[in-house]
Amino acid sequence: MTSHVSAALAPGGDIPAPHIEYGQIMPILLVLGVAVAGVLVEAFVGRTWRYTVQVPLAFLGLAGGFAWTIVLGLRDETHAVAAEGALGVDGPTLFLQGTILILALVSLLLIADRGTGSFAAQAAALPGSEAEQRTTAAGIIQTEVFPLLMFAVGGMLIFPASNDLLTMFVGLEVMSLPLYLLCGLARRRRLLSQEAAVKYFLLGSFSSAFFLYGIALLYGYAGSVKLGDIAAEAGRDAGSETLLLGGIALLALGLLFKLGAVPFHMWKPDVYQGAPTPITALMASCTLVSAFGAMLRVFFVAFENLTWEWRPAMWGVSIITMIAGAVIAITQTDIKRMLAYSSIAHAGFLLTGVIATSREGLSSTLFYLAAYGFTTVGAFAVVTTVRDAGGEAGHLSRWAGLGKRSPLIAGVFAFFLLAFAGIPLTSGFTGKFAVFKAAVEADATPLVVVGVISSAIAAFFYVRVIVVMFFSEPEADGPTVVVSPATAAAVVLGLAATVVLGVLPQPVLDLAGHAATQMFVR
Amino acid sequence: MIFVLMMAIPLCGALALMAPPARFLPGDAAVRRFGAAISGATLLVAVSALTAFDYGATSTVQLEIDRAWAPAIDLRFHLGVDGISLPLVALTALLTFLCFLYTLKHPPAGGRIRLLTALLLVLEVGLLGTFTALDLILFFVFFEVVLIPMYVVIILWGGPGRRAAAYKFILYTLLGSGLLLAGMLLVGVTAGTLDMTELAARHGSGVTRGVQITAFALMGLGFAVKAPMWPLHTWLPDAHTEAPTVGSVLLAGVLLKMGTYGLIRVALPLAPEGAEFWAPWLGLLAVIGIIYGSLACLAQRDLKRMIAYSSVGHMGFVLLGIATLTPVGVNAALFGNIAHGLITGLLFFLAGAVKDRWGTTDLTALGGGLLGTAPRLASLLTFASIASLGLPGLAGFWGEMLALLGAYRPHADLPRETFVTFMVVAAIGAVLTAAYFLRLLATLTHGRADGVTARRPVTPAPEGSAPPLPEGSAAPAGTEPEASPAHAPAREAAITLPEYAAWTPLIALTLLVGLWPKTLLDVTTAPVRALFGGG
Repeated sequence: MTSHVSAALAPGGDIPAPHIEYGQIMPILLVLGVAVAGVLVEAFVGRTWRYTVQVPLAFLGLAGGFAWTIVLGLRDETHAVAAEGALGVDGPTLFLQGTILILALVSLLLIADRGTGSFAAQAAALPGSEAEQRTTAAGIIQTEVFPLLMFAVGGMLIFPASNDLLTMFVGLEVMSLPLYLLCGLARRRRLLSQEAAVKYFLLGSFSSAFFLYGIALLYGYAGSVKLGDIAAEAGRDAGSETLLLGGIALLALGLLFKLGAVPFHMWKPDVYQGAPTPITALMASCTLVSAFGAMLRVFFVAFENLTWEWRPAMWGVSIITMIAGAVIAITQTDIKRMLAYSSIAHAGFLLTGVIATSREGLSSTLFYLAAYGFTTVGAFAVVTTVRDAGGEAGHLSRWAGLGKRSPLIAGVFAFFLLAFAGIPLTSGFTGKFAVFKAAVEADATPLVVVGVISSAIAAFFYVRVIVVMFFSEPEADGPTVVVSPATAAAVVLGLAATVVLGVLPQPVLDLAGHAATQMFVR
Repeated sequence: MIFVLMMAIPLCGALALMAPPARFLPGDAAVRRFGAAISGATLLVAVSALTAFDYGATSTVQLEIDRAWAPAIDLRFHLGVDGISLPLVALTALLTFLCFLYTLKHPPAGGRIRLLTALLLVLEVGLLGTFTALDLILFFVFFEVVLIPMYVVIILWGGPGRRAAAYKFILYTLLGSGLLLAGMLLVGVTAGTLDMTELAARHGSGVTRGVQITAFALMGLGFAVKAPMWPLHTWLPDAHTEAPTVGSVLLAGVLLKMGTYGLIRVALPLAPEGAEFWAPWLGLLAVIGIIYGSLACLAQRDLKRMIAYSSVGHMGFVLLGIATLTPVGVNAALFGNIAHGLITGLLFFLAGAVKDRWGTTDLTALGGGLLGTAPRLASLLTFASIASLGLPGLAGFWGEMLALLGAYRPHADLPRETFVTFMVVAAIGAVLTAAYFLRLLATLTHGRADGVTARRPVTPAPEGSAPPLPEGSAAPAGTEPEASPAHAPAREAAITLPEYAAWTPLIALTLLVGLWPKTLLDVTTAPVRALFGGG
């Protein structure tokens, strides 16, 4: 590569313009383009009009990206590298990008919902200050959320598609930086929210640094940051093993942090709790999908010949992630924290699919991600509807007797919880079953046994919430349920996906299987 | 196809009950009639399946339906019955119908008949599905469908300790079914198919011994929780004591059979070498269960709790039969399953009747002399008790007898001395069983009437009766007028018509199967032979 560059830079030589396959990476470009346009809207459109312009713009961007992804998926030549080998456009990538875009659309329903008012009127106003009171009283609705969201989604699209580690790092940062900001925008309990943002930022920067250091070590080993080159170099079994193993470890650390695997999960409960719930929904679904996409690509492409090296460590991570996530969740008293730990446990289940390193492992992980994403967005959407005077009623005790007050919303939430627990005829069962089956096929039965035991432990706290909702006496001044149309739409979409993927999973399983047939491009 | 119809009827019934009460079937009485009608229709379909079944070829799967559901995860909608599952299908349909018949005039405390009806119907779907499924994953799906309705039944209609009981129930069974899933996956993936008939036909070939041993342990644990096998039984007494009468009847009558049926249908044929490895341990735990169950019964002071513990003992005999790995033993297990379903179902009905009348099932509070104060009820209780203790000529006898016989001559590869020892210990257990049932009869039906039974069982329960759950007064209050004076003061202790209707079939079948065991054994023998690779 270096020789190629120096030849290009030699005196008199032409600098060839990079060849970009615009058509194939259009979803990313579209989303990022809308993000830039959103910034311009912030700058040039008057305050009263911003919301009315931003929301359709964001919707169009995400929907357009989704439609384009579908068009790309319908063509059968989806197995190529684009943008000079920086991005891979292949089955898994398109499936992941489609999943991210549709989940982002559902999250956007929550974010755009003005009725619930999850975001601070003006992020710059200090909590408890006069400025804050003034902006709140003025009824200002800040709209920076939308361009930030689009940037984050753009990063999420790049992250699993990147075919070399540097692009992956860029994707990671484009995804993470807006998320750090978005976390600190909660309208109520702003200090908690800002604390979460700072925590997320600090820990995230650390993990990014580790990730970057891993890239450096791997570059030192293979002389390239391209995933395919690293795999080829590792296959030759040459070079310094220390660099290679160190690189794998540090890179894995950065990735595992993003998906919240134990012991890199510390940020998750705090951030999930502090962030505005629509943003939590976005992070719990889209970020997880994106991070797992990158994880899959790195471990299926770059380290595919090194399974003996990383598998034992990944076994350990997967086991403690499943168990710790399930066990710690039992002690939680806050709904959002509980869902955060549940998400950690689910990351552990998903890791069993990664460990399988087979086509079935890949397709089942893809399916699980889609299924879990919808359920989790739906669950957080329900959380936004249960409200107190001071905002959302996060504490579990406040949910007592919700089943009597609002049987429909409590029933839907109970259904989501059962799906998390993996009860048959919900998408949770289908996903878990597919992943576990792939793991058994890859001789990882002990992992599956740990998985089913920790699902049973996890079921304990899901059931506990159901008991609290349906079989406890409601408090006199209990929270009210406020459902606005947009949130209702998000809940209905999550519910529909959870039911359909549980009862008639075949089409989506086929889609995931088809996406995984050719595995990743290199 | 017939089984699709059989499950569609209760499922549609349950779905219909989700319609707003104002529009569809207003009033509890209508709902109860609806439930009885739906389960009656299901029973009719089950009876027609009984008649359509070819008894000349009981070892082949009949009335089959096999459709792809989700091929990507090898899930097939594959239903069918053979001689092993047919009796259980019939028992399920019958007991559910009887429960609804009983509920017609005896609604359980706690109101919400609409929800209860829907749940029981869903429960029926799950049970019928479990007994007819021939695909491992489908089996598992139905196995789990049962969980949620039963949980809600316990937690909503149970007694004072219901919450803990329901927790225990759901945790144990979830944990068990998780392990079950892992075990089934292990065998299915190694063998390359998840079809139960095909796997059974292979008799474990193509699956290594190590895998079989692991898989049998995993599946066995899953089924043992449901069965329940000592020491995994602790959820059972709580769940039973707290569940309403119809819940107890279905729980003891059919739900427990899912565990033993699963062992015979799934674990044995899929992992025969694993079964051989674990059989002595299974036998050991089974006899411990028998002895433990009977000793625990001797110590009980509550009627329902005692019957619950007696289930542990009886299921111990069933498990012992399975552990012998002989056609005789497995036949005994299947026979014991049905017999226990009939007799314990009846016993729980009777215990429910006692509770209805005197508001308690505490034996000390009830006192003795029931034969004098409520002669018919006491006679029925005597009948059910001696049937349960295994008096020859009644259904309970054959299951125990054949299990002991099987243990005397276990499978050739099993250590005979061990199993003969098991047989001796189990026989002692049988004597203890007789002891606690006779003790029950001695304290409750005979002797002097010195407890609440001596008083006229008026509602509300008389003051001073031990833990007085004001059943009659609290329960149907506000539901509807016809329910509150369920037992008109004049003939309170007399047995009502719905009670007779619900109990007579059970009594008749207990007599029939007991006096003429060939009816049942003829159906099960051939498929059990086939299970062990014989003709």
